[in-house]
Amino acid sequence: MSILEYNGASIVAMKGKNCVAIAADKRLGIRFQTVSCDFQKIFPMGKKLFIGLPGLATDVQTFANELKFHTNLYNLSESREISPKVFLSMVSNFLYQRRFGPYFIEPVIAGLDPKTDEPFIASTDLIGCPMVTDDFVVAGTCLEQLYGMCETLYKPDMQPDELFECISQSLLNAQDRDAYSGWGGVVYVIEPNKITKRELKARMD
Amino acid sequence: MVSLAVDNMLVGKDEPKGFLFENCRRNAFMAKQGVTLPKARSTGTTIVGVIFNEGVVLGADTRATGGSIVCDLNCEKIHYIADNVYCCGAGTAADTEFTTRMVSSKMELLKLRTGREGRVISALRMLKQYLFRYQGHVSAALVLGGVDVTGPALYTVYPHGSTDKLPYVTMGSGSLAAMSVFEDGYKVGMNEEEAKKLVRDAIRAGIVNDLGSGSNVDITVIKQGSVQQFRPYEVICKKSERQGDYTFPAGTTAVKSSHDMVPFSALRVTDEEVMEIS
Repeated sequence: MSILEYNGASIVAMKGKNCVAIAADKRLGIRFQTVSCDFQKIFPMGKKLFIGLPGLATDVQTFANELKFHTNLYNLSESREISPKVFLSMVSNFLYQRRFGPYFIEPVIAGLDPKTDEPFIASTDLIGCPMVTDDFVVAGTCLEQLYGMCETLYKPDMQPDELFECISQSLLNAQDRDAYSGWGGVVYVIEPNKITKRELKARMD
Repeated sequence: MVSLAVDNMLVGKDEPKGFLFENCRRNAFMAKQGVTLPKARSTGTTIVGVIFNEGVVLGADTRATGGSIVCDLNCEKIHYIADNVYCCGAGTAADTEFTTRMVSSKMELLKLRTGREGRVISALRMLKQYLFRYQGHVSAALVLGGVDVTGPALYTVYPHGSTDKLPYVTMGSGSLAAMSVFEDGYKVGMNEEEAKKLVRDAIRAGIVNDLGSGSNVDITVIKQGSVQQFRPYEVICKKSERQGDYTFPAGTTAVKSSHDMVPFSALRVTDEEVMEIS
């Protein structure tokens, strides 16, 4: 069994028209035993910038704290918000630094540029290889299922409400076919002047 | 001085340079407990290069894989080293990305220090010494090409640090397919169009016959004083049109709670003053 499947998680991010969304399940387990159904996997890193961290729970929390510390330092010393592109560089540099002793996480980044409000989504692997895409990124234990759902449901230039429906259904139907993730879901839709956080009703098995 | 302390932390003056090995013991322990450690994303790739009468043509496919999953349909494998040097990467995706980035920055510093355009051989030496130091653990297989004062140059670099200097080269999992095309079609003193066509055919052979390679052909042409990038040069396998409409109508998803937030700034502005600059 892979260590990325020890606690279980699934995360997806999608780009819409002038908006982005990021969604995650809420389960924390130890292999097949569920421990919590309210585990935080998406972390705010700026005004309109979020990171989703699937993987080993201990590394998720350690790495999220490390990132928050460094984004706070960036905010203070630069007197401005970190842009998603710069944040991606930061994440991938931190992960590549531990090339030979990695954190077991596969980050997903979603956000709007603080100046231009340009949508941005990206992901990296566990040693920080950056991947920027134009449509969607997925990570976690039900990656295969999420790819299938996203390839079927995604269309370019969706409005925020369409995007919410698309990302929610992708997540819910994917995690229903994965034993390691599920037990609720949370979706953030990020628009230039509004962020909507929605808790989804999901199967609790 | 608070600002100095922050500054030191930010530029990492207090932090060790290079790789960090803090997690190694823990990870080795976990491996001993019987869990398998995950693999990094790799570019099971077809990358090629060929010399023609005026310069060098580099080519690559655009597929990135994680195991048998296609992670990225359109990734960039031809990396910038300097204005006159480019490098195709195969192997572990993060290693090719960061190794080429590091050499690119060293080449820029070299250019500023010497006041001359860098040579391909300098980049080659930096790459091979770095890769040899890590004894193949940094798994980057590269095709390095460029044009400098000595004319066109083309090299391959293997993950352990050995190098080849040849008029036509291939690397990655699709290298056999691509090389068979080169062995058949290569001629001495080709013109630009012939070289581009040959590179396109070689990458296509990789895309079609090697499962680790796919999607598009990217080409970069480097000549004395000019670089042309074609991204993509040709789309070999186009994504098919979706037949049905699977859009879920608004309100399908059951929402337990919805919570609107105005994006708040981490920086709280307590006082603002506009100064005029005369």
